[in-house]
Amino acid sequence: MTTTTAPPAVAPPSLRTGNVSRSRKFRDRLATIAMWAAFGAAALPLAFIVFYVVRAGMHLFSYDFLVTNIPIISSKPGPGMAPAVVGTLLITGAATLIAVPLGVMGAIYLNEYGKQSTLAKFIRLMTDVMSGVPSIVMGLFIYTIWVLRYGLSGFAGALALACLMLPIVVRTSEEILRLVPSALREASAALGARTWRTTVRIVLPAALPGIVSGAMLAVARAAGETAPLLFTIGIVSKPNTKLFGSNTALSAQIFRNAQVPFPAAQDRAWAAALTLILLVFLLTIAARLITARFARK
Amino acid sequence: MSNIPPTPLAPRPTVAPATEADAAPSPEADTDSPPVFETKQLSVSYGSALAVADINMYIRRGQITALIGPSGCGKSTLLRCFNRMNDLIPDARVEGTILYEGLDLYGDDVDPIEVRRRIGMVFQKPNPFPKSIYDNVAYGPRVLKMKVDRMDDLVEQALRRAALWDEVSGKLKKSAVALSGGQQQRLCIARAIAVQPDVILMDEPCSALDPIATARIEDLMVELKQDYTIVIVTHNMQQAARVSDITAFLTAAVNEATGERHGELVEFAKTATLFTAPADERTEAYITGRFG
Repeated sequence: MTTTTAPPAVAPPSLRTGNVSRSRKFRDRLATIAMWAAFGAAALPLAFIVFYVVRAGMHLFSYDFLVTNIPIISSKPGPGMAPAVVGTLLITGAATLIAVPLGVMGAIYLNEYGKQSTLAKFIRLMTDVMSGVPSIVMGLFIYTIWVLRYGLSGFAGALALACLMLPIVVRTSEEILRLVPSALREASAALGARTWRTTVRIVLPAALPGIVSGAMLAVARAAGETAPLLFTIGIVSKPNTKLFGSNTALSAQIFRNAQVPFPAAQDRAWAAALTLILLVFLLTIAARLITARFARK
Repeated sequence: MSNIPPTPLAPRPTVAPATEADAAPSPEADTDSPPVFETKQLSVSYGSALAVADINMYIRRGQITALIGPSGCGKSTLLRCFNRMNDLIPDARVEGTILYEGLDLYGDDVDPIEVRRRIGMVFQKPNPFPKSIYDNVAYGPRVLKMKVDRMDDLVEQALRRAALWDEVSGKLKKSAVALSGGQQQRLCIARAIAVQPDVILMDEPCSALDPIATARIEDLMVELKQDYTIVIVTHNMQQAARVSDITAFLTAAVNEATGERHGELVEFAKTATLFTAPADERTEAYITGRFG
């Protein structure tokens, strides 16, 4: 029989927070508060914008507002933004069709082919410069090379917006492509696939959700741009569903209607702002749903 | 692009087979199978740093050749020369010659793509594509536009050869990423087999796996030896002893003048000989655990 000696009476260790020094606790608290404050400061303007736009735009916003033409006499109250809704969808859509394929291909060149070559570095620098060009300068650029020769059109507006979207698409897509593990590229190469095959079959599918997010960021930015459209698309009061010929857009209508001294026009500007926010919001959700479907496969 | 299965890469009769006589180290006079690869004064550098130097060895058909040695001795670098994977590293430079079936693998008219479809590779970390199990195996044949009567049969065959079929036959359309590590590695082997290569290179294929999965892969290697020539890099000496026929021991040599380290081949012999009666004292030190 063995007699186990009782363990020496040592107080069990205290695991309560009381042990942590006061200054550590204080700094922890301080950092937490600072982070929440920063979040609040960043989110507050957004909350206010949404709140005001909804409050001021809601009473005129309706199905009628989306399908009725803009009253020719600005002081006349009532709905009507159909031409601008059509124009925004058309112009932004065309700009996306130009900028996204071009931008994604550019990003593929930079990340899969050019890598650290001098040309690739130069292109990277130029995309950064391009994203710093003020949007009104893009408008003027298209004005001089296109509008002076072929006149105002929705297509000219789309070109100006595409110029704005291009650097955003290139840089976001390149960042996403870089996140695709190189082990996958090696695995594909080891099976005898050429770089192009590997890119199309392995790298792009893996990067797709990110590329779509980047493209949506660019679309959202372009849909809200006013300056590049001011002297490229002109003005219409009836919907123009063609790319050529004058057109109008929600952002241009907000700008125009907010400037005139008639409350009726200002109401339409608020409702148009609400329409634009909703439109971008819906497009983003749609893009997310589509990519989620792809990603699940 | 031609779609003909294993035919010479490009006719290069310029390499005289007569030089074979002076091939440096030879694991005894073992002439039972012809060499698939032969390296002569092979050196690889990354930028200005020499990674491996003056490798003279060969790899025989239908055998498992193991490359062993401590970390940083250039085993993987050497392995990646055999299917020109080093081409993917921008500043990698290969000097010397590697002959594959008597053809210069780094000849001007050799297409690395043609090399890689004949010489498959399995990597250290399982790297299945984020696709279904089926699509992972079918990827190679599709990319190479191989003439396949029924892709389903080819996929099944490859998975059976890789001893994975029984575990995945019911879920071929499920994502490969959801498999366990050991299953993923066997899937990668199936994927390499599916393009019907001549040689399979394995770069520490078991280092990320548990002992049970490792044992399965080792069994598989011995099994695959009947149809393929296998070159395996391993950290694990027991593994080399268990599976390989021939072992090459590499170590990192220090350049006295510059203090830089590069890998070199110390000993190259039949596995049984190398592990029981090593000729070089460095080999003995390594296999008895006194070094490395």
